Amino acid sequence: MATEFHNLQELRQSPSLATKVFIQRDYSEGTVCRFQIKFPSELGSRIERTLFEDTVKTLNTYYAEAEKVGGQSYMEGCLACATAYFIFFCMETRYEKVLKKISGYIQEQNEKIYAPRGLLLTDPVERGMRVIEVSVFEDRGSSGSSPSSNVSSGISQR
Amino acid sequence: MSAVMMTRKVRKWEKLPGKNTFCCDGRVMMARQKGVFYLTLFLIVGTCSLFFAFECPYLAIHLSPAIPVFAILLFFFVMAMLLRTSFSDPGVLPRALPEEATFIEMEIEATNGNVPAGQRPPPRIRNVQINGQIVKLKYCYTCKIFRPPRASHCSICDNCVDRFDHHCPWVGNCVGKRNYRYFYLFTLSLSLLTIYIFTFNIVHVVMRSVNSGFVKTLQDTPGTVLEVLVCFFTLWSVVGLTGFHTYLISLNQTTNEDIKGSWSGKNRVQNPYSHKNIINNCCEVLCGPAYPSVLDRRGLMRDDLSVPTSAAEPATNSNPVPQTTKTTAPLIPNEHTPDDAKPSMADAAIAHAEKRSPSPREDKLPTLPKSSPTPTKVPPLASPETDAEASIIAKDKAL
Repeated sequence: MATEFHNLQELRQSPSLATKVFIQRDYSEGTVCRFQIKFPSELGSRIERTLFEDTVKTLNTYYAEAEKVGGQSYMEGCLACATAYFIFFCMETRYEKVLKKISGYIQEQNEKIYAPRGLLLTDPVERGMRVIEVSVFEDRGSSGSSPSSNVSSGISQR
Repeated sequence: MSAVMMTRKVRKWEKLPGKNTFCCDGRVMMARQKGVFYLTLFLIVGTCSLFFAFECPYLAIHLSPAIPVFAILLFFFVMAMLLRTSFSDPGVLPRALPEEATFIEMEIEATNGNVPAGQRPPPRIRNVQINGQIVKLKYCYTCKIFRPPRASHCSICDNCVDRFDHHCPWVGNCVGKRNYRYFYLFTLSLSLLTIYIFTFNIVHVVMRSVNSGFVKTLQDTPGTVLEVLVCFFTLWSVVGLTGFHTYLISLNQTTNEDIKGSWSGKNRVQNPYSHKNIINNCCEVLCGPAYPSVLDRRGLMRDDLSVPTSAAEPATNSNPVPQTTKTTAPLIPNEHTPDDAKPSMADAAIAHAEKRSPSPREDKLPTLPKSSPTPTKVPPLASPETDAEASIIAKDKAL
């Protein structure tokens, strides 16, 4: 567990990046945007499983809301079609509004939960909605050994 | 050897891989070959101009002024749909950054295990279950990702496109998730416009011939002949295309899947994306949410380029501009195995020093070494910093 308090600013300015973990998409329900809730082993020592899974579940809920094909999306689609989609120059689509909410949520999660543990979530929209990138920073409180998934440190130990 | 290190701000579209052309500072995105698109524009604008010039005055007086009004509205709708289809991002998936590519490689190696020397490693495929159906996700060697379901790599644009339908030279762009509905509305409205112009051409000729005779009518309005010709040939192709896409939409299939016969029903394979209900399928495709682009074209990024001060010295790999390096992945011959190596950083630097030209990809250059699994210290991307002036840092480089 990280013994030293990191803040988000410090992480962003002087990154001592150890490794990155990528949470992949979950396609079991089709092409809707959903991420796997499987807890990666590389994060085992850095963050509680429930916290992480809650974050991913909340993100999945947001994406499901954005992609919901229902009354509101029909209205938006019909109105936009009637204006030859010029209305998209003036107003934000529902998806874009939800993406802004997600961005705010990830920022908040990073500040409150992840940065204190030496982790950083990257908004999936910056990675093409393919992965949730979790940057794992070196735990300065410990004796300098980085998380075990670093291959080169494994090799150098031989 | 010495080199001057320059940092400047560029828009991300200037550094995007792929064979797209960008206009209006990244707002417009098209394929490289635009000749057929200009032909489409010319045909539509030309035919409509002739209609407004020759037929509309007569019909407005003798029949109804609503005829040209409706024609104008339809014309504007067709043009709006065409330009939306042609200029928008079809749903391009950005390529994997080096860390992600390495992570995926490691996963693949872990899955495949040890391959005895001399044996070809198994193809890179990931099986996922979608609505009870097993779907194979293929690995894209160019983009270094496992393609999401329904995505495909367009070799003309050199991009993976989500829900790839086809590459349409008539609109000068790929048709994918983000612009499929505009493409469909374009073909539909163009069919209506063609039928409309064709019908009123015939009406006009008939009405005028009653008064003046057929030959004199054609002499008075020579544009009519041209319009009828264009409309006649357009009708067959565009109306047919609209019908075909209506069929695809009702089944929630893409042209790509239809051509490959992915869900043709043999081996009990069924389309896992279809809602089994025509109305639901149509609603999802046409009235679904408007997906935003995940390709950040207009974001700012730092471009550290090393301009060698001595002649013809290749700079070493020092800039953090994320270029996917060619890995020593086993070259299973398929259409997506990159034969051409990525250009070296020196070429990119020199190209940009001469003010923005696309990096040459046809040159055979020595391959870059495989990026080691140790993560590089890359500052987080896509964070627009406050405007800073370009700073020149003189640096001595050892070869």
